[in-house]
Amino acid sequence: MAAVQGGLIDTEEEKDIKTEPANDGCGNNNNNNTANDGRLLNASPGSISSGGSNKPATGALEDQQTLLAVLQFLKKNNLSESVEILRREAGLSEDTEDSKGLDSSGAGSGGAAGNVDSESGDANSLLSRVSVSSSAVSASAVQAPSKAGAGEDQPDVNVVLSAYSQQGDPALYDVYYSSLKKFIESVLDCHRAELSQVFYPLFVHMYLELVYNNHENEAKAFFEKFSGDQECYYEDDLRVLSGMTKKEHMRGNETLLDFRTSKFVLRISRDSYQLLKRHLQERQNNQIWNIIQEHLYIDIFDGMPRSKSQIDAMSGSLAGEAKREANKAKVFYGLLKEPEIEVPLDDEDEEAENEEGKPKKKKPKKDSMGSKSKKQDPNAPSQNRIPLPELKDSDKLDKIMYMKEATKRIRLGPDTLPSICFYSFLNAYQGLTAVDVTDDSSLIAGGFADSTVRVWSVTPKKLRKVKSAADLSLIDKESDDVLERIMDEKTASESKILYGHSGPVYGISFSPDRNYLLSSSEDGTVRLWSLQTFTCLVGYKGHNYPVWDTQFSPYGYYFVSGGHDRVARLWATDHYQPLRMFSGHLADITCTRFHPNSNYVATGSSDRTIRLWDVLNGNCVRIFTGHKGPIHALAFSPNGKFLASGATDGRVLLWDIGHGLMIGELKGHTDTIYSLKFSRDGEILASGSMDNTVRLWDAMKAFDDLETDDFTAATGHIHLPENSQELLLGTYMSKSTPVVHLHFTRRNLLLAAGAYNP
Amino acid sequence: MAEERRQKQCSVVLPTESMKAMAESVGVGQLQEESCVALSEEVSYRIKEIAQDALKFMHHGKRRKLTTSDIDNALKLKNVEPLYGFQSQEFIPFRFASGGGRELHFYEEKEVDLSDIINTPLPRVPLDVSLKAHWLSIEGVQPAIPENPPPAPKEQQKTESTEPLKLVKPGQEEESTIQGKNQGATAADGKGQYLEKGLMRLKPRSTHELSVEQQLYYKEITEACVGSCEAKRAEALQSIATDPGLYQMLPRFSTFISEGVRVNVVQNNLALLIYLMRMVKALMDNPTLYLEKYLHELIPAVVTCIVSKQLCLRPDVDNHWALRDFAARLMAQSCKTFSTTTNNIQSRITKTFTKSWLDDKTQWTTRYGCIAGLSELGPDVIKTLILPRLAVEGARIKAVMEGPVVSNIDKIGADHVQSLLLKHCASVIAKTRPLPDNVEQYRTDYGYLGPMLCSHVVKARTQAALQAQQVNRTTLTITQPRPTLSVSQSGLSGSGGPRTPSIIKVPSSLTLMSPRPGTPSQPSPPATKYIVMATSAGAASTQQFKFILCTFWCYDIFLIHSGGKKSFLHHKLGNYLANFSYAVIYSCVRVPTPQLLPPHCLICTAFCPCTNRLYGCFIQHLL
Repeated sequence: MAAVQGGLIDTEEEKDIKTEPANDGCGNNNNNNTANDGRLLNASPGSISSGGSNKPATGALEDQQTLLAVLQFLKKNNLSESVEILRREAGLSEDTEDSKGLDSSGAGSGGAAGNVDSESGDANSLLSRVSVSSSAVSASAVQAPSKAGAGEDQPDVNVVLSAYSQQGDPALYDVYYSSLKKFIESVLDCHRAELSQVFYPLFVHMYLELVYNNHENEAKAFFEKFSGDQECYYEDDLRVLSGMTKKEHMRGNETLLDFRTSKFVLRISRDSYQLLKRHLQERQNNQIWNIIQEHLYIDIFDGMPRSKSQIDAMSGSLAGEAKREANKAKVFYGLLKEPEIEVPLDDEDEEAENEEGKPKKKKPKKDSMGSKSKKQDPNAPSQNRIPLPELKDSDKLDKIMYMKEATKRIRLGPDTLPSICFYSFLNAYQGLTAVDVTDDSSLIAGGFADSTVRVWSVTPKKLRKVKSAADLSLIDKESDDVLERIMDEKTASESKILYGHSGPVYGISFSPDRNYLLSSSEDGTVRLWSLQTFTCLVGYKGHNYPVWDTQFSPYGYYFVSGGHDRVARLWATDHYQPLRMFSGHLADITCTRFHPNSNYVATGSSDRTIRLWDVLNGNCVRIFTGHKGPIHALAFSPNGKFLASGATDGRVLLWDIGHGLMIGELKGHTDTIYSLKFSRDGEILASGSMDNTVRLWDAMKAFDDLETDDFTAATGHIHLPENSQELLLGTYMSKSTPVVHLHFTRRNLLLAAGAYNP
Repeated sequence: MAEERRQKQCSVVLPTESMKAMAESVGVGQLQEESCVALSEEVSYRIKEIAQDALKFMHHGKRRKLTTSDIDNALKLKNVEPLYGFQSQEFIPFRFASGGGRELHFYEEKEVDLSDIINTPLPRVPLDVSLKAHWLSIEGVQPAIPENPPPAPKEQQKTESTEPLKLVKPGQEEESTIQGKNQGATAADGKGQYLEKGLMRLKPRSTHELSVEQQLYYKEITEACVGSCEAKRAEALQSIATDPGLYQMLPRFSTFISEGVRVNVVQNNLALLIYLMRMVKALMDNPTLYLEKYLHELIPAVVTCIVSKQLCLRPDVDNHWALRDFAARLMAQSCKTFSTTTNNIQSRITKTFTKSWLDDKTQWTTRYGCIAGLSELGPDVIKTLILPRLAVEGARIKAVMEGPVVSNIDKIGADHVQSLLLKHCASVIAKTRPLPDNVEQYRTDYGYLGPMLCSHVVKARTQAALQAQQVNRTTLTITQPRPTLSVSQSGLSGSGGPRTPSIIKVPSSLTLMSPRPGTPSQPSPPATKYIVMATSAGAASTQQFKFILCTFWCYDIFLIHSGGKKSFLHHKLGNYLANFSYAVIYSCVRVPTPQLLPPHCLICTAFCPCTNRLYGCFIQHLL
């Protein structure tokens, strides 16, 4: 037991080294501090924060920390009198002294238990301990982005790892774990599901401890014995773990860093938690208790324990569920007011339409659209929250075109399904990696594994370059059709190839005005191409690792990119450095999407979470957990209220952005979903997948059925209806062509694209 | 979820021998065992790490297959120089070798002669990426076009017909999507409705309403299939055999065929029966259709065409034997494809055939059909059912051939049965019976047919030997995409199986059909005027193929010029030449007046893909 205690002390010590700089606490002198410091640090702010007011607490905390540091220094140098004096003068509580005594003596019933005793077993203070230490750690995590480029950005791996230096009898791990397992299996049904959540993080941390302390055989045996009990959606992580059997392997392993730097978040009802706590105290199961305290964040709520299905719906991410506070921030999900543009009604098209005999229908529609845009949505951000580019004349023309097309739009619904036109890329030899279609559906671009980007015109209008400078000088600049004359007719073709990348192109995006194209590649750059000259204009360097996705803002000018370095970056086309960096994901960022109002960015990641970031201040305002695999597709509903996400697990999840809740689960695909798109009016959600199908879902019904009562909103306990089959409106199989991209034209025709793999 | 199938977490480590081998390959001779163990663990871990990273690249490359470039990229991620020279598109040609107690996988690199590379012509440039659009769905309904997969995949049709109560698998509920619009129907199928367990057990109702386009298509196809225009028919059959969207129309087609056979058997319309059988063949050839559900209509029709007493107006002249052969082949094919332990098609069919064959009163035509049907079922059936009865059958044939006055029809029938038996039995006997082929022995074993059988067996044996010899000989085979029904050598005394295409045979003799026992209404052919002769097309091509003469053509051509009843003629031509391509018939009709023909004039040729022979007809003008 003494050994265990010693290990515990070490841990605390090491953690302090890390947390204190974050707290602006004491200086350098406490590197060799003894154990109690950390304990005090944990205990004291805990009682304060449980009181609820954090602000005054920080000051007191800092003072106390400084004092403690001095105390330690004195003690270390055996200046016991000074210690006494200082303690008296500072009026440090007996509690701390007690616990200190306990810890330093290294005897008794173990640190944790002793501490609990001193806090008279109050759950509140326990919780606060947990939460405070977590905040300290998360602060450190933020401070040290887990993998941002060069070596100096890396957190000190040794520091992180040394948390595992805890020494216990390796043979007992097995016993600890199985006794807990036995206990959880024996509790009441209603608690069992909740408490079972503890298994996975405990398992991982215990395994890592064993590995870190060089108990290779015990670790392997432990893994063999218990890995089968874990939920199947952790399989990928378990596979990574299974390979790691040596202390040296832990160095530089990202998965491991993720586990260490971020606390695994669990939501457990108070009753279940009390049950667990009591059990662990009775059994003196310190090993497990320590892990729970140090590596888990337990979010305790009052009320009924959740059911297994409720838990399963939300869990699955690399670091557990999102904390409730994480989704409390206000999100302005409304749309921006559209600029008012006079639509010329005396157009020939209009007349032709009128002759066809439905002029009445259209006019009121247009009016309603106009009036809608005049009203300010209370949920919309202010118009200039994010500075947006001015509309150019050509943009206005495009808007007019858009509105004209919109009047001809088909209203979709369960009874009027859209037609789907499939664009197959032939002879792509498995090389197609990304596709995008312009908003007006006139151009299609494909990114390929051979580093090329190809642009096709799908209208009879061919792609034309601007003439070379020498030829341009010959043109009469006064003529009316100068814009036509600058185009080179001779080289006009249906497709153009853009060369420049040096690795597979994984992300591609057209600018809304169709003048530019963005592409992101394995070579770590994002390139901006001109579609006037078909040349590369800028290479944005910042990501040093593959950039998995990029997208233009719906208003142009800004774009977002995200990649293997786990950081999403917001750029403006005229800045060579990013404007914002969004860091927080624990694994690769696999897809990035702009909110329709351009004020937010959603990112999906391999850590199986989706985060929503505020472009204005770079904060993470939403964390959505529930996917069981890397997320590969995201789509905002046109009204900005909802988000749909698709992952390798073949499920589409629907999210209410305002409330920060999962509101639907669409099951049906059997392979990775690579594309999602809402129809122009948001009635239909289309999903395209690696399983060669396009599926259409009734989005209206999914959103209508939703009941967001206050209780659900407050607790975040969702209860998903099992209605995937009712919502599925159609499945359309292609002939061995994975669906890589989906796009609704302005008239609600669905375009799908993919490479035919014979 | 936890109880779902879980893959075994593997903690496989490379063997230490690999480390030693690698160390040797870079010049480190002696590596200690501990170092090997340490190295192998480290290397295994790194390899796993790289493989896990490579998977990311595969996912982002939107592929299911991990490629070497993914590994390269994963290495780059770790700041490791990727391996060069291991570009492989599809598979990595590692070879395995063992010896001296070692097992090795190695990458075979052949030495390449540079001059070879220079001298070989450049390979074809790979096609560039191109974009092609098609309709995946039109207002919620997937059009049945070749770009789309068949509406109901064959496997699904199969499970539907064999296990109707089984759930439709996830990802295959096309049926439900088709019905997605009629809300009522969706309740019965689909996978997730375990609430309504009772309902779900119902067999899914499938709609058989045909769209206007489908109705038009059906009309066009059926008309073309039984119409007079052979080009259209070929096109229609091609469409039936290849189009992916016929699933909905299948019940109609099967009814059409079964009704058609019923009517035309009564009317003895051989041509139409042939057309209908060709439709059956086309349906069976369609890779997207599963006919099991419709066999109750198709099998009676096919069997009728095999064993019916009379299939044509003039059984003595018309070649209904070919139809029987063809239908028998169809029957055998469907037995092979659809016979299961539950439906027992093959045994039921075999029983039917045997029963009527054993009946003494059975007509020669039916007898022929039964034997043909049985023998198409394979050598085993021939061995167990036909060979033991050869003696009995031989006696029966002998009675007709050598006995007292019998009708001519019986004689022809017996003759055909005899050649059929000889043809099928000879090949089986040649394979099973040990040498030597003794005529007397044969006679005691097989009775009347013995001696003939003996000579056939000898021939078959020599042919087999010859075939083995001639493997290397260049042969010109002309292939034609559409298989057509063959009327094989009706006028020739059968000399072995016509379905051995690589062997070229010269017909041993030409038996002219005329003078035939003419019915008074027909003008008897003036044999003096024209002589039809078989000629090879030219010296150069004699090796490749022979022209085989079909005597009746001459007769028909004569009819044309003698101003015979044209309509009747046309009909007869259709009967006789149904197996030949359409061009033949018309070129026959378009023959100029005999006087304009030069002395040796090829008036028509036809290629029959079933026998791989070119048939030609020559007319020598004697005047």
